[in-house]
Amino acid sequence: METVLQAKHIDKYFEKPVRFHVLKDISFSIQKGEFVSIMGKSGCGKSTLLYILSTMDTAYKGELYLNNELVTGQAHERLSHVRNRDIGFVFQFHYLLSEFSVLENVMLPAKKLGKKSFEEIEADAMEKLRLLEIDQLAKKRASRISGGEKQRVAIARALINDPAILMGDEPTGNLDSYNADNVFQIFKQLSDEQGLSLLIVTHDMDFAEQTDRIIQMSDGRIVV
Amino acid sequence: MINWGVILSIAKTHLLTKLKQTTTAALGVTFGIGAYITLVCFMTGLNKMLDDLVLNQTPHVHVFSEIEPSQVQPVDLYAEFSNTFNVVHSIKPKLTQQRIHNARPILDQLNDDPLIRGAIPQIKAQAFYVAGTIELGGNITGIDVMEEVRLFNFKDYIVQGSAVDLENNTNGILLGSGVADKMSLKVGDRLQVRTIEGGIFPLKIVGLFQSGIADLDNIQSFVNIKTAQRILGEAENYITDINIKLFDIENAVSLAARIERQFDLKAVDIKTANAQFETGTTIRNLITYAVSITLLIVAGFGIYNILNMLIYEKMNDIAILKATGFSGKDVQLIFMSQAMIIGIVGGVLGLLLGFGLSHVIDQTAFDTEALPTVTTYPVNHNPLFYLIGITFAILSTFFAGYLPSRKAKRIDPVRIIRGQ
Repeated sequence: METVLQAKHIDKYFEKPVRFHVLKDISFSIQKGEFVSIMGKSGCGKSTLLYILSTMDTAYKGELYLNNELVTGQAHERLSHVRNRDIGFVFQFHYLLSEFSVLENVMLPAKKLGKKSFEEIEADAMEKLRLLEIDQLAKKRASRISGGEKQRVAIARALINDPAILMGDEPTGNLDSYNADNVFQIFKQLSDEQGLSLLIVTHDMDFAEQTDRIIQMSDGRIVV
Repeated sequence: MINWGVILSIAKTHLLTKLKQTTTAALGVTFGIGAYITLVCFMTGLNKMLDDLVLNQTPHVHVFSEIEPSQVQPVDLYAEFSNTFNVVHSIKPKLTQQRIHNARPILDQLNDDPLIRGAIPQIKAQAFYVAGTIELGGNITGIDVMEEVRLFNFKDYIVQGSAVDLENNTNGILLGSGVADKMSLKVGDRLQVRTIEGGIFPLKIVGLFQSGIADLDNIQSFVNIKTAQRILGEAENYITDINIKLFDIENAVSLAARIERQFDLKAVDIKTANAQFETGTTIRNLITYAVSITLLIVAGFGIYNILNMLIYEKMNDIAILKATGFSGKDVQLIFMSQAMIIGIVGGVLGLLLGFGLSHVIDQTAFDTEALPTVTTYPVNHNPLFYLIGITFAILSTFFAGYLPSRKAKRIDPVRIIRGQ
């Protein structure tokens, strides 16, 4: 199996308000097509870990590989590019650009990547929206759609550049059970049908149990 | 890699959805630049008018023969007293002729000088104007009319009649408007001139002039140089003053000194005669620029404020952009381009506003006794001001946008996303 993401001995300290050892010697890897969830109590460091894995947080010790390429210590510009190309991110809160239309929101990372023409990007974006069954919302302003719809738009945006891995920070945490289940089904489907690797931080036991693998965290360490 | 298309489209969306704030910010620049253009055009126009008022009719170097006590007394020349302390009481100047000795050759030589645009003769004389029973004291100046027109804009001060009439009529006089009013005379009337020596000379009024200085207009009049010589009963080489106009006014001081040395005459340069004048011009320019820069700084702070607010409002957007692969530099460019768009749009509108206002001022009636030829406010439409204006707009918005956008660049997306 091909390794998509690998973390080696990651240590992280919070300096404020007091020096605090958040992550202690975290090592694990994710294979291509794997659907992994990270569970743990509030404050155990699971979100912190996710932000390190997503390359947004660079203040840590240890090594992080993405597609067998070392990303630790790379320049910010380079990390932005890696994030743009290889990582899709879904947050707990919907985080769409509220002044743009749904379609524009989805297209934005692809435009930034600049690999394809505008027409191709638009076609791709429509396809992702269709995949998530929200193509009828394409022209609406992002601020005018419901929470569940927003989260699906966010997933479509995360998928637009066909990333190596999709990361989620409690993507269902802010949704009702119907929408949460809906989002889970989408993830499952992406994993099964498209072979997408997923790494989802969650509180939701039901959610986690249905994934391929659960990484249980406690006090900054991987327990299971 | 910078993808300008995406950056500009995001900037555009931000600006358009916050149209009110954008407009406010742009209007700040518009008024700043508009006020700058209007002010600077008007002020420099005014400066130029005032400069012209003095410079055009004032000779750059005025040469004349002055009666003054000798600096060197005979006792100083006598060798036996060279080591003594001499006191001479009650020194009086010697009566010398008022005319410039050898004026014609001097004129010819001056006119050949490459620094000199032209040197022209004048004859100044005191006389009485006599019309009926009224007798008024005054000054008559004999001039080379067409040369005065060419070098000193003499034509601008003739309110009735023309310079050519004076040139062609050896019995004509161009009377000061004040004199004409006092004596109830008009163009075509006759008037007699009595010289100090007592000769009476009839002249015909061919025109009226108004310099704007009442004291001058009440006594001064002009005649042809030959007429003046005839009135005074002098020969054709009788000349009392030489007025010199230079190509470059900066040479006036050195030239005046040279003439004094070379011809043993009194030569006064315009800088000495009008020293306070340049100070006025400098100070007016200083005020113009101080006010304009203040306006632009205020506009710059407006932009700074609005962008700062925008960035606080857009924290989430910035975090999202960064999370989805936009680099800090991209985000900075998004906000910088917003500032620059505000600056350029506001600046161009400001240029148009300034253009409009300065043309309105240019058309506004401005009636002044001092300047008979000026009918509207003077405005200097110099394209350079527009260039300075737009450069200023772009520079000030650049700095106003730079600080907030740098802040946006440094925003840590993790803190924003976690902070929810």
